[in-house]
Amino acid sequence: MDALIEYSPSLLGGAWVTLKVALLSLVLAVASGLLGAACKLSNLLPLRLWTMLYTTIVRGVPDLVMMLLVFYGGQLLLNEVIDYFEWEFIEINPFVAGVLTIGFIFGAYFTETFRGAFLSVSAGQLEAGRAYGMTSWQVFLRIMFPQMLRYALPGIGNNWLVLLKSTAIVSMIGLSDMTSLADQAGRSTHQPFTFYLAVCVLYLAMTAVSGWFLGRLTTRYNVGVREANV
Amino acid sequence: MELFDFQVITGSLPEFWRGLLMTLQLTGIALLCGFAGAVPLAVARVSKNRWVSGPVAAYTYFFRGTPMLVQLLLIYYGAGQWQWMQAAWEAGNPVWLLFREPFFCALLAFGLNTCAYTIEIIAGAMRNTPHGEVEAAKAMGMSRFKALQRIVLPSALRRMLPSYSNEVILMLQGSAIASAVTLVDITGAARNVYSRHFAPFEAFVFAGLVYLVLTFLLVGMFKYAEGRWLAHLAPRKATKRKEAA
Amino acid sequence: MNHAATFDRISVGDPHNSIGLHEAPQDALNDVRSAVTQGTAMNHNANVEQVRVEDLHKSYGDNEVLKGVSLSANSGDVISIIGSSGSGKSTWLRCINFLENPTSGRVVVGGKEVGLTRNRKGDLVVADPKQLQLIRTRLSMVFQHFNLWSHMTVLENVIEAPIHVLGLPKAEALERAERYLERVGVWKFRDAYPAHMSGGQQQRVAIARALAMEPSVLLFDEPTSALDPELVGEVLKVMRSLAEEGRTMLVVTHEMGFAREVSNHVIFVHRGRVEEQGNPKEVLVRPQSERLQQFLSGNLK
Ligand SMILES: Nc1ncnc2c1ncn2[C@@H]1O[C@H](COP(=O)(O)OP(=O)(O)OP(=O)(O)O)[C@@H](O)[C@H]1O
Ligand SMILES: [Mg+2]
Repeated sequence: MDALIEYSPSLLGGAWVTLKVALLSLVLAVASGLLGAACKLSNLLPLRLWTMLYTTIVRGVPDLVMMLLVFYGGQLLLNEVIDYFEWEFIEINPFVAGVLTIGFIFGAYFTETFRGAFLSVSAGQLEAGRAYGMTSWQVFLRIMFPQMLRYALPGIGNNWLVLLKSTAIVSMIGLSDMTSLADQAGRSTHQPFTFYLAVCVLYLAMTAVSGWFLGRLTTRYNVGVREANV
Repeated sequence: MELFDFQVITGSLPEFWRGLLMTLQLTGIALLCGFAGAVPLAVARVSKNRWVSGPVAAYTYFFRGTPMLVQLLLIYYGAGQWQWMQAAWEAGNPVWLLFREPFFCALLAFGLNTCAYTIEIIAGAMRNTPHGEVEAAKAMGMSRFKALQRIVLPSALRRMLPSYSNEVILMLQGSAIASAVTLVDITGAARNVYSRHFAPFEAFVFAGLVYLVLTFLLVGMFKYAEGRWLAHLAPRKATKRKEAA
Repeated sequence: MNHAATFDRISVGDPHNSIGLHEAPQDALNDVRSAVTQGTAMNHNANVEQVRVEDLHKSYGDNEVLKGVSLSANSGDVISIIGSSGSGKSTWLRCINFLENPTSGRVVVGGKEVGLTRNRKGDLVVADPKQLQLIRTRLSMVFQHFNLWSHMTVLENVIEAPIHVLGLPKAEALERAERYLERVGVWKFRDAYPAHMSGGQQQRVAIARALAMEPSVLLFDEPTSALDPELVGEVLKVMRSLAEEGRTMLVVTHEMGFAREVSNHVIFVHRGRVEEQGNPKEVLVRPQSERLQQFLSGNLK
C-alpha cells in the first residue's frame, strides 16, 4: 500500500498520458471515420474500393503489428526523406506513432458507425429541407449532420470504450503510459500485482466515467426519438 | 537502400512458421476453453437469482473493462508477488509452477478474456429468445432444464454466430500481444526478424499478411457455419423473387 | 395400445401415484384416446370428464382478472370461450395448463384433482413437477402466434416433444409426425423452417405439433387472430375436422361462425365472470344478457 501511495503521482501521470493518447486518437478516428463514410457512400468506385481495402486491413491486421510497422517502418521512411532533403534527424516518437495507429484503426470502425447513421436519416426529411429552399450544404449541416450524430451516438460510445482499452499496447513501443509506468513501479517495488491491478482499476474508472457521460449525452440527444419498450 | 527485401522474408520463413503454430495454439486453445466455460456461465448470467448472476457479472465486467495486455501482465508478472506462490514454486508444486510458464499464463489470460466476452454474447442471445418459443416448450411439458437444453441454448448458440465470429477474429488479433511475455508468435517472430535485419517493412508487412489470410479463412468458415446453422433466419428465396417481380 | 405404453414412460416410478389418476378413469381414458386417434366417435364414452375447472380466480396485483370461473369438458366436447378483449379468456385458458398460476380454485384433469401449493407470491402452483408435466402433455396448447421453434424445421418441431418429453423412440415420433402433418396438410413442408411459411401453414404445423402429443384435450388460444383474413379459413377447416373426429377442444375465439356451428357449448366471459353460457344455437341466436347482446351486435356485422 505504501508503495502504491509513493508511486501514485507517477501512475496518475501515466493515466494522463493514456487519456491524451486516447483522446487524440479519437479526434483522428472521428475525422477519418467521417471521411471514410463519405467515401463509402459516394458514387465513385475508386473511393469505395479504397475504403473497402481500409476496413479489410484494419479488421485483418492486429493493432500491435500495425503500430510496430508505423513506429519502426515510419522511422525508416522518415530517415530516407531526411537524407534526401538533407534535414536534421527527426525521431518518430512512440506517442505520435501510437496516436496515428490507433486513430487510423478506429477510423475504420467509425466509418461503419457513421455510414450506418447517415443511412438512417430518412430521405423525406432531407427532401423537406430542400423543399424549403435550403442549399445542399445547409441541408447537410442543419439536418443531416445533427440527426446522423444522434443515430451514431451509441456506436461512438462503444468505439470509444474499445479504443480506450486498446491504448495499452502503446506501452509495447516504449511510451510511458500507465501500463508501462506500472511495469516500472512493479519491478522496483517487487509488487507487480498491486500495480497492474491499480491500472485495471484506473481503466475501469475511466470506462465508468465515460459510460456515465455517454448516458447523459444520449438522454440529451434523444429528445424526440421514441424507443421501443421491450 | 532497399525498402523491401524479399530475401529477408524467405530466410525467416521457418521462424514465421513456428510463430504461426504458436499463434494458432494460443488462440485455438483459449477459444475452446473460453467457449466451454462460457456456456454454463452464461446460463448463470441470465439467472434471476442475484447470488448466481452477480459474481458472473462482476467477472465479465472486470475482464471486458480492462485491456487484455494488462490482464496478461497481471497474471504473468503479478503472480510472483505473493509469498505463498513463491513458496509453492520452491516446493516444486506442479500446478503453481505453471504460473512461471509464459505459455500457460497467456492461455489463462486469453481464455479468461474470451470467456468473459463469450458469456455476454451467449447471455444476450439467450435473453433474445422469442418468449413464445419458451412458452411453447413449457406448454409441451418441458421442465425448465429441458427447455434450456433443447430450445433456449440451441437457438441462442445459433443466433450468436455472427457476434461470435467477430469475437474469434478479435481474439486472433488480440493474441499478438503474446510477445509481451517472451512468447514467439507471429508478431514475436516479426519482431525478431526486425531486430536481426533492421527490416521493419518486410517483417511487419509479412506478419500482417499472415494475420490477414488467417482472418479471411475464419470469415469463410463462419460464413459456411452461418449458412448451415442460421438457415432458419435467412430470407426466403421465393419471397425475394416475388419482390423483384 | 402404445398410448398406454407412452403413458407409463412419462411417469417414472409408480404411475398411479405420480400420474395421479384413479384406476378406472385411466382405463376409460385410454380407450377414448385410442378410439380418438382411430377417428371413431366414442359416443358411449362421451360422459367421461376430461377436464374441469372450479371457481378459478386470478389476480395481477390488485387487478382481479378472473373472478371465479368454472367449466367442465367431457370427451368430444368442443367448448368455445368468447368475450371482448381483456375479459380474461386467455388468462383462463392459460391457468388450466398452469402457464399462468391461479390465485385460487380447483383444476381436475382426467378425473384426478391437481395437487396445488402456494408459492411465495401467493399464487397456486402444481405441487408435483411430474404431475405438472403430465397435465401439460395431456392438455396441448395451440397459441395465437403459433410459437413454433424457429431454429427447427417443421418435422423437428413436431417430433421434439414426443421424443424429449414423452420419451418415444424416434421412429415412432416420426410416424406420428407424418400422420399429423398429413392430417393438417403440411407434410410437404416438413423440411422447411417456420419463418419460410405462411401464417396459416405455421398454425397448421402448430396444430400438428399439439396433436403429436396425442393429448386428451386441445387448448386453442385465438388460433386465427394473428392470421391474414384469407388464411383463416384453412385453419378453421382443420379445427372443424378435428371436432368432427370427436376430439375434446377448448377454444378461445373471436370467430362467431366457428363458435355457432362447431362447438356444442359456448361460454361468454365478461370482466372475468361467466356472463352467459349454453348451447351456441340458443345462446348466440337468442342471447339473454344485455352484455352478450351488445357483444354480438358489435361482432356479427
Ligand atoms: N402478465 C400480466 N400482468 C398483468 N396483467 C395482465 C397480465 N396478463 C394479462 N393481464 C391483464 O389481464 C386482463 C385479461 O387479459 P387476457 O389476456 O386474459 O384477455 P383476453 O380476454 O384474452 O383478451 P384478448 O381477446 O385481447 O386476447 C387484461 O386486462 C390484461 O391487461
Ligand atoms: Mg387473449
